Amino acid sequence: MANKLIVAPAPHVQTSQSTARIMRDVVIALMPALVVSTVVFGADVLRVTALSVAACVAFEYLIQKFMVRGAVTVTNWSAAVTGVLLGFNLPASIPWWIVVMGAFVAIAVAKMTFGGLGKNPFNPALVGRVFLLIAYPVQMTTFPLPVNGTFDALSGATPLAAVKQGIVTPGTVGAQELLLGNMPGSLGEVAALALLCGFVYLLWRRVITWHIPVTVLVTMAVFAFVAALCSGQSEAALWQLPLFHVLAGGAILGAVFMATDYSTSPMTVKGGVIFAVGIGAITMCIRLWGAYPEGMSFAILIMNACVPLINKYVKPKRFGVK
Amino acid sequence: MKTFPMGGVHPSENKLSCAKPIEVLPLPEVVTIPLAQHIGAPAVAKVAKGDKVLTGQLIAEAGSFMSANIHSPVSGTVTAVDMVPNGQGLRQMMITIKREGDDWAEGIDRSETLVKACPFSAQEIIAKIKDAGIVGMGGATFPTHVKLAVPPGKKAECVIINGVECEPYLTSDHRTMLEHGEELVVGVTILMKAVGVEKAYIGIENNKPDAIAHLKQIAAGYEGIEVVPLKVMYPQGGEKQLIAAVTGRQVPPPPALPIDVGAVVCNASTTVAVYRAVQKSMPLIERVVTVTGKRLKEPKNLLTRMGTPVSTLLEAAGGVPEEASKVINGGPMMGRAMVNLASPVTKGCSGITVLSGREAVRREAAQCIKCAKCVSACPMGLEPYYLSKMTQKKGWDALEQQMITSCIECGCCQSTCPSYLPLLDWIRLGKQTVMGIIRARGAAAAPKK
Repeated sequence: MANKLIVAPAPHVQTSQSTARIMRDVVIALMPALVVSTVVFGADVLRVTALSVAACVAFEYLIQKFMVRGAVTVTNWSAAVTGVLLGFNLPASIPWWIVVMGAFVAIAVAKMTFGGLGKNPFNPALVGRVFLLIAYPVQMTTFPLPVNGTFDALSGATPLAAVKQGIVTPGTVGAQELLLGNMPGSLGEVAALALLCGFVYLLWRRVITWHIPVTVLVTMAVFAFVAALCSGQSEAALWQLPLFHVLAGGAILGAVFMATDYSTSPMTVKGGVIFAVGIGAITMCIRLWGAYPEGMSFAILIMNACVPLINKYVKPKRFGVK
Repeated sequence: MKTFPMGGVHPSENKLSCAKPIEVLPLPEVVTIPLAQHIGAPAVAKVAKGDKVLTGQLIAEAGSFMSANIHSPVSGTVTAVDMVPNGQGLRQMMITIKREGDDWAEGIDRSETLVKACPFSAQEIIAKIKDAGIVGMGGATFPTHVKLAVPPGKKAECVIINGVECEPYLTSDHRTMLEHGEELVVGVTILMKAVGVEKAYIGIENNKPDAIAHLKQIAAGYEGIEVVPLKVMYPQGGEKQLIAAVTGRQVPPPPALPIDVGAVVCNASTTVAVYRAVQKSMPLIERVVTVTGKRLKEPKNLLTRMGTPVSTLLEAAGGVPEEASKVINGGPMMGRAMVNLASPVTKGCSGITVLSGREAVRREAAQCIKCAKCVSACPMGLEPYYLSKMTQKKGWDALEQQMITSCIECGCCQSTCPSYLPLLDWIRLGKQTVMGIIRARGAAAAPKK
């Protein structure tokens, strides 16, 4: 027998999936939103996104190469995912140095200090965004108008901010505009429909399951409905308010792409649902009664902090145990 | 479509040999018979060097209740009873017999005539099965007479025949069900009588519609036998998974056994062997072995005498291809990689799978990304990522609490991991250690004599 035989314990079958393929799929799923955003805000969108991706990948590479001195794993696309998501959370008009600073906080502080991919307790892109929001509130909340905007009435305020300030009511913001993205806002949050295409792609590629995104959005809708009901609003507002909150701001971007981040979400489906209900409820509390018009980032980060606790107490249903 | 309640994966089925009728392999010149080819105590050799033996003659006797008889698969002269390397290269006590012709021991009915009526009592049936040395032929090799001896205070409610064959590549049960369906169904009635039940199910994965139709047609002529098509999902043929899929009842965690939910499970090929043992006094000396692999010239199902070298089977299938780099005793999900192809076919060997090139090589493991795919894939509702991690940290108490002893080692977790982590390698180690701790605790708590 001339053959050299390999010996290893079973199983002898491995998945065709890989970390790199999963992360690349997330980037692909974000592309429709990038296209819509570029149409809405112009080439600045590409500048911000490219810079953010480049900075994230560069920081990860430099840290792995010169500080950790271990294997360099930037080829697994995870830094690129963080880069795109961070970019999507910024206004198109943001200065370049703020983008780089955000990328530094996301990768160096939120990801690599904890041991890199899979070990970070908080979503890196969101840590980067919240840091920038607190450090540079003016630049972070000044949104350019859409290039071909028909949404002039809002004059630079996002729909959420406009509603918060009482400039408009949720009913006057059309669902169609929110779906197609013809309004001011962060890069990635303006095109609900494009983000939903990405959601379908991720489901098809089995990168994520529907549980967390759908639960987040349903929780927000129910919360808004009850809130409208309790404050005795008109019958029309009972359905306008939930629809508005689900479609406006970072709800879909957060629910589909950031709440589902593997390392910062629970390990069980049941735990994921609890996590998602928490995100939906906290987001609505901030949006309706808090100081900020948008609460998605804070809600996800708060629930990220609860994940170890959820993993400890929410166990899968064991076979044969009643 | 019925299936088990949680987890599972669906690897490529690769049933290359499913349309190949069973072929009889010519008798080998020399056979080597391990004394331990079943779970429990090794058998005790009854022959010595120089003895003449006949085909079907008892050559080693069950070493205890949990053990099995072994019979000579050929006639000839015993040339050695000593330590010989097994498939994994470990030395093991084996009887070597040089074949001379094929003279059968007396009292064995070798005719093809189907004998339906079974005149024996339950005790007699179990005794005949024990005499014939029958063990689970699906791979677990649990002595069948032990399985059929329902402990006092427990009651069997149904027999479940395992015709699932969820392992990729393997087709030996499939072909047996197609070509020996009548014998199988009579075997089912014998098993029902042995454990005293009126109901039997034959569970078959839905990728074998011909076997389902064939057995449905035969079973229609008998009372209380139902063929249950099952969803194509690994590990549908795991004992606990099959019971849950067919009856909806989940066997509680160890030390509970299938009988605690009233089920007695028997593999399809084993059921045919039971029929032959009881109706024909035929000992377990041959079995169908699938020899398969994508690069193999001619994947086949071979009716093989026990003790035949694996290399002989591979030659019959066109030889080991040059690019072959892994030979597995069993299927790719739970089979054992072999180093020694001169080692023999044993009672539990349902297939020889040859993997080549990239298919055979484990990819380099990366860091866990907490994707939770292992948790969703676990058919026992465990958390493989945690069990693996905790084994590395030697957290034995935590492992026991998180039910590591429930692990059935099916390999779903590891085969689904996108970071290619050796999850099951670690979990096996943790499980063995925790079971050792539990045993030691039991021994310490037992009253001292």
